Amino acid sequence: MITVKNLHKTFQTLNGDLDVLKGIDQNIEKGEKVVIVGPSGSGKSTFLRCLNLLEQPTGGEVWFEGVQINVPECDINQLRQKMGMVFQHFNLFPHLTVLQNITLAPITLKLKTQEQAEQQAKQLLERIGLADKAEAYPLQLSGGQKQRIAIVRALAMNPDVMLFDEPTSALDPEMVGEVLQVMKELAAEGMTMVVVTHEMGFAREVANRVLFMDDGQVLEEAVPDQFFDHPQNPRLQDFLSKVL
Amino acid sequence: MDILTAALPLSYFSEFPQKFYDAFILKNRYTNILFGLGNTLMITFFAVIIGIILGTVVALVKVTHNNDKSKLKFLNAVCSVYLTVIRGTPVVVQLMIMWYIVFQPPVNLDRVVAAIFAFGINSGAYVAEVIRSGIQSVDKGQVEAGRSLGLNQRDTMVKIVFPQALKNVLPAIGNEFIALLKETSVAGYIAIQDLTKGGDIIRSITYDPYTSLLAVAGIYLLIVMGLTALLSKLERRLHRSDNR
Repeated sequence: MITVKNLHKTFQTLNGDLDVLKGIDQNIEKGEKVVIVGPSGSGKSTFLRCLNLLEQPTGGEVWFEGVQINVPECDINQLRQKMGMVFQHFNLFPHLTVLQNITLAPITLKLKTQEQAEQQAKQLLERIGLADKAEAYPLQLSGGQKQRIAIVRALAMNPDVMLFDEPTSALDPEMVGEVLQVMKELAAEGMTMVVVTHEMGFAREVANRVLFMDDGQVLEEAVPDQFFDHPQNPRLQDFLSKVL
Repeated sequence: MDILTAALPLSYFSEFPQKFYDAFILKNRYTNILFGLGNTLMITFFAVIIGIILGTVVALVKVTHNNDKSKLKFLNAVCSVYLTVIRGTPVVVQLMIMWYIVFQPPVNLDRVVAAIFAFGINSGAYVAEVIRSGIQSVDKGQVEAGRSLGLNQRDTMVKIVFPQALKNVLPAIGNEFIALLKETSVAGYIAIQDLTKGGDIIRSITYDPYTSLLAVAGIYLLIVMGLTALLSKLERRLHRSDNR
C-alpha cells in the first residue's frame, strides 16, 4: 500500500545541512500495523510526515496505492484524503465545535452533504462515547477527549491508512489509556496503521511489525515478540533497557 | 485660575443659551453639522470597506509569498511598494494627490469619491499589516491538520486560518477604523464639508469657537464610543469558543 524507496530528508538550518533521514526503504501492506520507536531526533516523525508529504522528501520515492506521490504532477490533496493523520498536539480547530471539526473536510470537499456528514460524525462520536460533546468547543475538552475526536475527524474521511504521530505524548498519564483503546479498536477493524509512539505496551500488543529508528535509519525491524525479547542491534538493546 | 478664565470667560456660561441659538438654530445653521456628519460617515464607511478588501488581499499575497518564495513574486513586489509608499507619506498629502492629480478631468467624479479612495487606500496598508500578523499568529499545526485532511491551501486558509486570525486581530482592526474615522477630519483640505468643516463654518460665522468646535468634538467622541461598544460586542461573540 505504501512503498518508500531510499528516502532522504535534509533540513537546511543556520548551522548547515541536517540529514534527518538517510535512506529508508519500507513497504507497508494493506491491513498492516507498523509501529515505529526510537529516541528523540531519530527521524521517526519526519519519516511519518514524509508519507503524506507534510514534509517534502529531498531524495527517494514515496508510493501510495500504486502512485508515486512525491512528484509535482501528483495531486497530493486527493491522496491525503485517503491518509488520515493524528498529531501529537491534536490540532483540533479551536474556532469550530466538535461536530464542525469532524464535518469540515467532508463538506468542504463535497464528499457528503451536510446532513450525511453530521449523521456520520454523530455515529463516530457515539462510538468513542462522546456524543454529548458534539456542540462543545475543543477548549472545553480534556486532552484525551481532544485526541479521540482528532482520530474520528481523520476517520470521517474514510481513509485507507491512518498515520499517528506520537498521539499520546502530550497527554496526562491517566488519559493515555482511552486514546490507546480507540486505536486498538481501529486496529482490530483492520485499518492500516503507521504509529510513531513511545508506548511499548501498545506496540507489543497491536503491531504486526516494529521498527527501530535511530540517526535517520531503520536499524532493526521485527515482529513484536522478537523485537522486544530478542533485540539484535546493540543500540536497540540499549534503548529498550532504558524504556522498558 | 487666571489662565483658565482667560481661556474660557465665565460669562460664556451665562450667555450659553444665546450662543447655542446663534450657533445651531439661527438660520438652520445645524444643517452644516448634519451635512458634514453625513459626509464623514459616508467617507469612513466606504473607506473601511475598501481598506478591508485591499488589506486582506495584500496580506494574503505577502503570506503566500513568505510561505513559498517562488510564488507571487511580482505581486509581492507591488504590495511591498504600496505598503512603503502609503505608510511613508502623510494621509493629507495622499488625499490632495488623489483629488488634484488623479481625479482631474477627464475623470469626472465627486470629491467625496476621491476622499473615499484616498482614505480607503491609506487604511488598506495598515489593515494589511494587522491581518498579516494575525495570520502568522495562528499555530502551524492548524494548517497541517487542514492539509492532512485533504483540504487545499485556499480552503485551509479560508476556513481554518483566517477565522482564527480575524479573531486575534479584531481589537487592532477596530483601532484602525476608529483612527480612520478621525483621520477623515482632514477632508476639508480638498474642500469637502465633513463634520469638522461643518463646525468650522459655524465658527467662522459666529466668531464663537467654543460652541461649534466642542460640539464637533462631542459628536466624534459619541461615534467612537458607539463603535467601541459595537466592537467589544462582536469580540465577545467571536470568543464564544474560548469559554471553558
